[in-house]
Amino acid sequence: MTTYIKLAWRNLWRNKKRTLIAAASVFFAVILSLIMRSMQKGYYDYMIDSSVRLYTGHIQIHGKDFWEKRSLEESMLFDEAVMHKLKENKNIIQILPRLETYSLISFGIVSRVVQVTGINPDLENEVTKLKDKITDGSYLNENSKGILLAEGLAKLLNVNVGDSVVLYGQGFHGISAAAVIPVIGIVRFAIPEQNKSFTYLSLTFAQEHFSAFDRITSLSILLNDANEIESVKTFLKNFFDDSHEIMDWAELSPELVQSIQIDNASGIIMLGILYVVIAFGIFGTIVMMTAERVKEFGILISIGMKKWKLALVTTLETIFISFIGVTAGALVSIPILLYLVHHPIPLTGETADAILEWGFDPIIPFALYSGMYFAQIWTVFAIAILSAFYPINFIRRLKPSVALRG
Amino acid sequence: MKLIELYSVTKIYDETIVPVKAVDNVDLQIDKGEFTAIVGPSGSGKTTLLNLISGLDQPTSGKIVVDGTDISTYNEDELINFRLHHIGFVFQAYNLIPVFTAKENVEFIMLLQNISKSEREKRAIDFLDAVGLKDRINNFPTELSGGQQQRVAVARALASTPSFVLADEPTANLDSVSAESLLDLMEKLNKEHNMTFIFSTHDEKVIRRAHRVIQLRDGKIEKDVLMN
Repeated sequence: MTTYIKLAWRNLWRNKKRTLIAAASVFFAVILSLIMRSMQKGYYDYMIDSSVRLYTGHIQIHGKDFWEKRSLEESMLFDEAVMHKLKENKNIIQILPRLETYSLISFGIVSRVVQVTGINPDLENEVTKLKDKITDGSYLNENSKGILLAEGLAKLLNVNVGDSVVLYGQGFHGISAAAVIPVIGIVRFAIPEQNKSFTYLSLTFAQEHFSAFDRITSLSILLNDANEIESVKTFLKNFFDDSHEIMDWAELSPELVQSIQIDNASGIIMLGILYVVIAFGIFGTIVMMTAERVKEFGILISIGMKKWKLALVTTLETIFISFIGVTAGALVSIPILLYLVHHPIPLTGETADAILEWGFDPIIPFALYSGMYFAQIWTVFAIAILSAFYPINFIRRLKPSVALRG
Repeated sequence: MKLIELYSVTKIYDETIVPVKAVDNVDLQIDKGEFTAIVGPSGSGKTTLLNLISGLDQPTSGKIVVDGTDISTYNEDELINFRLHHIGFVFQAYNLIPVFTAKENVEFIMLLQNISKSEREKRAIDFLDAVGLKDRINNFPTELSGGQQQRVAVARALASTPSFVLADEPTANLDSVSAESLLDLMEKLNKEHNMTFIFSTHDEKVIRRAHRVIQLRDGKIEKDVLMN
């Protein structure tokens, strides 16, 4: 076997340029496919992270059926002691208690149905950076008796900071919830639906207004690692019985999951096209290598070399070329990907402005996971190895008397 | 003692529009220890005849017996095995493995025969010594002259301890001094070891030294002459 390995290895260097070109095609294939996949994964991670930070959190806990009915009747008691215990879990970064319901808002003769969210202003700002979205007036504090209105909604109502609106709706257990509340700030949301319907009260004021004392509708939990969702969900089950529902971001935002799946499918198609290009590049070189050596193959078979042994040598040559290209590509791509993960590509111009408007950073993010990394490496290696079937088949059909004529 | 026997052997190439009868009903016997040249103009069937004797091609009809074995019925694998153990090849263009040294080239044929490494090494050096290249055993083919490469090819052919050596135009690429020297070597091996050599050649130098000259024309034996 050593001799066949030696023969294959030395054969590679009979034509250094050709071998290096073939290895280079594998090398660039590994780098390109890794960068492409890293960019896709980075984008999905960023979308998920943004969505999670913007509102949902990685996990939410509700009273049973709240997510479906969105009624204060499905709210739950807020136990601050439990919240502190939950924070002992090292994967949990922050917990946001919220009281969410719908209400009618009126100013003058204009009325609208809006989403009212009672929040802990400091905790909420820590995660969602709500304070940064203030365009006029001031942010809430724990004891605020005022309301924050989304900018689009304020325009619809023709309300300014300092005006008072009527908030009229149904509180816990059907108790009427009506009050005249001063507008203390205007917040701008990039997403039009939010910008037309979101309002915020401090949590204590919301509980008081809706007669839902000590109650919340959700605990939104932010993790430091999205991969720990399942373990944290298991952990949470120790504190919340069946009268609660524990949902992760994928269940809370099925439309995001769907859009990622669609994008991922198109990304895989693009990757497939890249693989095909790579395959033809490698295959072309192998075909050339085979065509140039017909007479040589004929000689070796003539002197008594079994065809399978000759096929073994050509396969070893393909494996060596692939291995050189894949190893070099894998090694070189690590620092490139690490750099890109830590230094996302900044976007500029109108694209950047549009992305900023939506509340996202104008960047092309990248991600690096060992699974993704090795999957690409193995895929390219497998594609390269597939090319070995050409010389195998060629040798199988070769007639030495014809091959000797060259 | 008969080494090669051909009985009514015909080879027709019918891949072309007009089938070509390359060897036409040939009967031939070659004995052990012969030093025979097969001659004839281009297209006379020399190469086809050698291909048939070596099992590189199968006859359309007729029977070929080598060392008492009918090889006309062998399958591809059996023929490869047969060539490995019974025939030494010397080609016009030497056709050594370019990435192997002289010693490795000679060893390689023995590796295919599953001979142990130590035995291979010993025999490779002995054969290279026999062809006068003991001091060039670690040279690659590109570092050797044409004559030296052909000597390595002879050593490789002999290394498999074949029943006979088929040499296809062995001197065609050599200058006259190298050619004479190679023929001296082959003659010596023939005399001292009773090794059978069968040449396909146009070269007068080879024909002059041959003990028997078989002349082909249009796939048939035109003359079969024993030389003094």
